[in-house]
Amino acid sequence: MENNSRRGFMGKAFGAVAAVGAIGSLFAMKKSWDPLPSVRSAGFTTLDLSVYKDNELVTEKWRGKPIFVLKKTADMVAKQTESQKARDIEVNGSHYMIAIGLCTHLGCIPAYNASNQGFLCACHGGQFDFSGDVTKVPPPRGFDIPPFKIEGNTLVLGEAGPEYTKMKESGVTL
Amino acid sequence: MAHFTKATSIKDWLNQRLAIDTVERVMMSEYWIPKNINFLWAMGMVLVITFALLLVSGIFLLMYYQPNVDTAFYSVNYTIMRDVDFGWLWRHVHGVAASVVFLIIYIHMFTGIYYGSYKKGREMIWVSGMLLFVAFSAEAFSGYMLPWGQMSYWAGMVITNLFSGGSLHADGLVEWIRGDYVPAQAFLTRFFMLHVLLIPLAILGLIGLHFGALRIPHVNNQDGEEIDFDKEAKKYLAGDKAGSKVMRFANDFMSKDMMVVGIYLVFFFYLVFWNYGFAMDAVNFDPADGLKTPAHIYPEWYFLWSYEILRPFSVDIGLVAFAFAQVIFVLLPWLDRSPNTVPANRRGLFAIWFWVMLVNLIVLTAMGKLPPEGMFSQIGFVSAILFIVQWLMLPFITMFEKKV
Ligand code: HEM
Ligand code: FES
Repeated sequence: MENNSRRGFMGKAFGAVAAVGAIGSLFAMKKSWDPLPSVRSAGFTTLDLSVYKDNELVTEKWRGKPIFVLKKTADMVAKQTESQKARDIEVNGSHYMIAIGLCTHLGCIPAYNASNQGFLCACHGGQFDFSGDVTKVPPPRGFDIPPFKIEGNTLVLGEAGPEYTKMKESGVTL
Repeated sequence: MAHFTKATSIKDWLNQRLAIDTVERVMMSEYWIPKNINFLWAMGMVLVITFALLLVSGIFLLMYYQPNVDTAFYSVNYTIMRDVDFGWLWRHVHGVAASVVFLIIYIHMFTGIYYGSYKKGREMIWVSGMLLFVAFSAEAFSGYMLPWGQMSYWAGMVITNLFSGGSLHADGLVEWIRGDYVPAQAFLTRFFMLHVLLIPLAILGLIGLHFGALRIPHVNNQDGEEIDFDKEAKKYLAGDKAGSKVMRFANDFMSKDMMVVGIYLVFFFYLVFWNYGFAMDAVNFDPADGLKTPAHIYPEWYFLWSYEILRPFSVDIGLVAFAFAQVIFVLLPWLDRSPNTVPANRRGLFAIWFWVMLVNLIVLTAMGKLPPEGMFSQIGFVSAILFIVQWLMLPFITMFEKKV
């Protein structure tokens, strides 16, 4: 009897030590899989907006991801619907579609067709219009919009300016 | 206390210390196999041999492969393929084996389904087998990342994105898995670790479990007959070899097994030397480029059927359907409500269920390879729905099955 309770105690004591150890190592393992600080601070990308031409898609790079920049033609700007306007970025009187160039379905890069002013994702057939909004499933939503800040005629990606914050509140950035 | 005597031979010396005679008896000569089986029961041994081929060729690839985003592609496509003597051989063996292993796994699985080898005490064999399927899938996927070509990169992107859970938008989880915002160095090194160490270890453990699960119920037979193994073994050992329903695992069954393995290996090396192209995707001979998606992204043939179940739906429903397809086979022993353990062709409605399931998986595989347009989208959609409906129907059609 006495023996039994001593073994029981030893068992519990070991269990407690093991549990602390297990939780500690799981925590360390989880943290070791996290992105490194050097990856996290992967900086900012500045775009000079004066170089883009009407209806010509340019792909820039930010944090390893492709960024679509499309300067809209006067015609496109004129025909924009409300929901397309919500995604519009205006700098110095010119209008742009600027977004992360990854399909919101599973992350392929859709191709832009300038003549029909839309994107087609070859992976599973998703489609987007020139404003970056989705027009055919499976993608659940339009292109994601990265945090940006307008400074004169340049745009800094990775920093949230007032225009971005406004878009974010309306829910179009995700 | 153990008592040791002066050994009369090396065998006796070993016997006293390791009981090798007993081990031999338990594992080989007195491990009983029913006589009433056919070549489909050799698939397990074919799988063991294929795994051995993967292991050996993998070890040789490992000597020159470099898990670095700048050099990985070069180390595979130039160093291993051109500089290393016979480097191409290891790579072709590895690639062909990785593809063929799934063909054999599917045959092995459908043999089990056809003969009802997943019930009456054989549930753990089935469950451990499905875990092996999952482990091999993870092994194949992680290996596919290593050459760091265009397909490696984009398959890595698309598959890790599945973990964002659609509208749940768990981007943090995806970034955690990758160790970066996109597949990059951290991603390549961790998948390298998984591919060459952690998953192979898990596979070895699971193979042990699979074999252990076979021990008590023994393998099934062509008629699903319940054999009294003790009685039949006694009959055999008493000399009535012809009258007994069982035979020894070694050498009797092994000799037949190895015969099938021999035929398989001829076919296998024919593929390795003359027809390896199917196992190497042309798109993966372009180095990874994060700013350019290949025109069509499709997985290796063995993942196409489940990919096709993901594809025709909007993202959330697609993910649910995909998750369903991934786990549902594990539940087969419990979804099949019938007590019959006989070949599917004697089970009425279940026979239809079996053949429709098999053909539908082939249709899904074909549609998964074709571009998601027009007609193909629609066939894929109907097949995906049919797959789900078949599984939902299974408990009902088997519940009312007549006892045979
Ligand atoms: C412990 C065993 C294994 C080791 C050490 C190993 C090692 C390697 C190495 C170093 C590579 C990169 C070189 C290359 O791409 O050819 C590789 C590629 C690959 N491995 Fe493995 N491997 C093992 C088992 C497996 C298994 C069991 C499977 C699949 C079921 C598998 C599937 C693949 C695939 C699909 C590739 C890409 C092949 C290619 O693109 O040529 N490996 N493996
Ligand atoms: S990744 Fe674009 S449609 Fe699936």
